[in-house]
Amino acid sequence: MKTEDLVNLLARQAEPVPAHGAEHRYAVAMLAGLLGSAVLMLAVLGLNPALREHTSLPMFWAKGTFAASLAIAGVFGVLRLSRPGAPLGAIPAALATSLALMWALAAWTLLSADPAQRPALVFGRTWTSCPFNIALLSLPVFIGMLWATRGLAPTRLRLAGAAAGLAAGAAGALVYTLHCPELTAPFLGIWYVLGMLIPTFIGALIGSRLLRW
Amino acid sequence: MGHPSGEDRLRDLLVRGLAGDGGAYHAFLSELSGHLRGFLRRRLTRLPDEVEDLVQDTLLAVHNQRHTYDAGQPLTAWLHAIAKYKLVDLLRRRARQEGLNDPLDDELEVVAASDREATEARRDLGKLLETLPDKQRLPIIHVKLEGLSVAEVARLTGLSESAVKVGVHRGLKALAAKIRKTS
Repeated sequence: MKTEDLVNLLARQAEPVPAHGAEHRYAVAMLAGLLGSAVLMLAVLGLNPALREHTSLPMFWAKGTFAASLAIAGVFGVLRLSRPGAPLGAIPAALATSLALMWALAAWTLLSADPAQRPALVFGRTWTSCPFNIALLSLPVFIGMLWATRGLAPTRLRLAGAAAGLAAGAAGALVYTLHCPELTAPFLGIWYVLGMLIPTFIGALIGSRLLRW
Repeated sequence: MGHPSGEDRLRDLLVRGLAGDGGAYHAFLSELSGHLRGFLRRRLTRLPDEVEDLVQDTLLAVHNQRHTYDAGQPLTAWLHAIAKYKLVDLLRRRARQEGLNDPLDDELEVVAASDREATEARRDLGKLLETLPDKQRLPIIHVKLEGLSVAEVARLTGLSESAVKVGVHRGLKALAAKIRKTS
């Protein structure tokens, strides 16, 4: 077939393409994923019995804001990475700011605490299960993010896979805050971040195969 | 500034094409194929036989991924990223370094150089089309090649109208996937 014929073929009956299709795809994926993740949390882990008391504590809301800000940055990151040639812009700086604020708070908490208290601030009571629970809860969102990305055109496949994983990991962490009894910044800065990094790392690994087009 | 630059002109054609203007979309693809040919011919100086295949491959990718273009984004950056992705993909598949003779970082070049002289494509897309299943192949042939309306094709093939549209869409994606496997 000549190139001219291919052009004729492709141009014939060019149907209108809906604007904001990519944004719409990620919004659907994120909302459906969060719903799946919430169901998974209720079924497997259950709500934190002390949740009502926690909602009056600033640290509970800081925990949610931390996870939500990383999830939002992750979604916008993977959206940009799914459009050929789109710059990442301020996304890396937004991610770094969120992390730096949490780590600064963690450092301040540890430095101002009695040395004997420090291990409890870092490890809490649930450090062995926290990262794995976050990774588990990220699964529905992760599947949604990968589905959305496969319908678009990422050109940096590993990075796009990692961003999809980070968005999912942070969304999983957000849902996990409803189960998690921990409230200290050192705990969040280490174990939450580690939990989010599990899907991020998996996304980078499988991205180059799964996201090809 | 009498005439708008190549970028603005192409972008305008694409935006109108995305809104459903078939004539503008045809002009966009036609002009783009010349630019791509020039761009790829300079990149593939040691693999001249691959140029026309890759032009077609990239045109199909641009068409299949046209929903990823954001009207606020520079068109050259978008086109360049797609052309480069397809080029790197080809070179990687050939597992050779000889075609890669200079860095691919000049974003303006896709639009700057144009080459209207098409050489024959080595791979016959028509033959690849024959290998698609009927429910994808027939809608593409009737709608795209013979210019029938979706309703006419639905009557002709006994498929529903949405099945015809889905068939064209999936068929073009499947064609792109076949290109990836054969070359």
